[in-house]
Amino acid sequence: MADVNRGNRPLSPFMIGPYYRPQMTSISSIMVRITGIATLLLALLVVWWLLAAATSEAGFAVIDGLLRSWFGTLVLLGATWALWYHMLGRLRHVIWDFGYCLDVPVSEKLGLGMFIGATVLTILTVLVV
Amino acid sequence: MVQFSLPKNSKITTGKTWPKPEGASNVRKFKIYRWNPDDGKNPQVDTYFLDMDSCGPMVLDALIKIKNEIDPTLTFRRSCREGICGSCAMNIDGINTLACIYGMDEIKGDVAIYPLPHMPVVKDLIPDLTHFYAQHASIMPWLETKTNRPAKEWKQSIEDRKKLDGLYECVMCASCSTSCPSYWWNGDRYLGPAALLHAYRWIIDSRDEATGERLDNLEDPFKLYRCHTIMNCAKTCPKGLNPAKAIAHIKQMMVERAV
Repeated sequence: MADVNRGNRPLSPFMIGPYYRPQMTSISSIMVRITGIATLLLALLVVWWLLAAATSEAGFAVIDGLLRSWFGTLVLLGATWALWYHMLGRLRHVIWDFGYCLDVPVSEKLGLGMFIGATVLTILTVLVV
Repeated sequence: MVQFSLPKNSKITTGKTWPKPEGASNVRKFKIYRWNPDDGKNPQVDTYFLDMDSCGPMVLDALIKIKNEIDPTLTFRRSCREGICGSCAMNIDGINTLACIYGMDEIKGDVAIYPLPHMPVVKDLIPDLTHFYAQHASIMPWLETKTNRPAKEWKQSIEDRKKLDGLYECVMCASCSTSCPSYWWNGDRYLGPAALLHAYRWIIDSRDEATGERLDNLEDPFKLYRCHTIMNCAKTCPKGLNPAKAIAHIKQMMVERAV
């Protein structure tokens, strides 16, 4: 609308939360985007870890120590959840792209399933590793 | 572009609190977005109180009662009062719907009413839909034929006619498009759920002979593919339609003709 000047018209409020009700549809979708970005940051962390391992012992000790601290464990735990959630979210997109599960109640159940599924898979990952 | 806050001229301030009705026992509080193009002030949220014992059941009844009895300057669109004209679409209790068919009993607590989200405001609850209508016009919302006109009418089988169910009912109220985060942030180039639902309505019409052109017109990173299947559109549609499904089918047809 930027090309049309109709005076100093305000933009009506839109933000999810205070003005638009958070719903499973929007929240499960935005979480796929957020976990995608989080997973990218995780990849950078892993690259740093591998690069440090290939360069110097002192450098490796820094990042390895960071990742093995309680904080690093927490970050990796969160990243594991993000990775699983993102994978399930993309799986839902594959199902949608074939034209299935596009009714609101079904897609909302899939959304809830992504949150539960990611949590269960994270717990399983922790138990296995 | 992704945007999380309102521009300076759109920030909302606290407005006037109008007096409570006297001697009423069943009072309900309404918080309503106000903006007057003539006073140079930012938008504000006014507070009204209504005696529900003398008010109709729908949100539109309450708005009309406020306009009639409390504040005649309150401005909103309305016409048919039965969900067929699409004029009174607004953001009620955090979702987009038609005020005339949304019952007050569906809302818990105070009733918050705003114009449709992320639109330029003309006045109070009236958004500027110029761009929205232009996008609808851009998808060629008419029957396009190339063969000679038949003697009587363009015939269609019962099965083919059934494909239009769930599409032709759209009243162009703009609830879906303005509930879509993708439309909020890319509405200048992304057509949005309403226009795309109409695009699909003509694409699958068995009598239409411009399917190829219609698909060509949508083959664009923004016009069609800014839909990320968030599904806020289908969730909010006051007519119970599913634009997300229509868009998914257009995407499928794009793949089908490419492979």
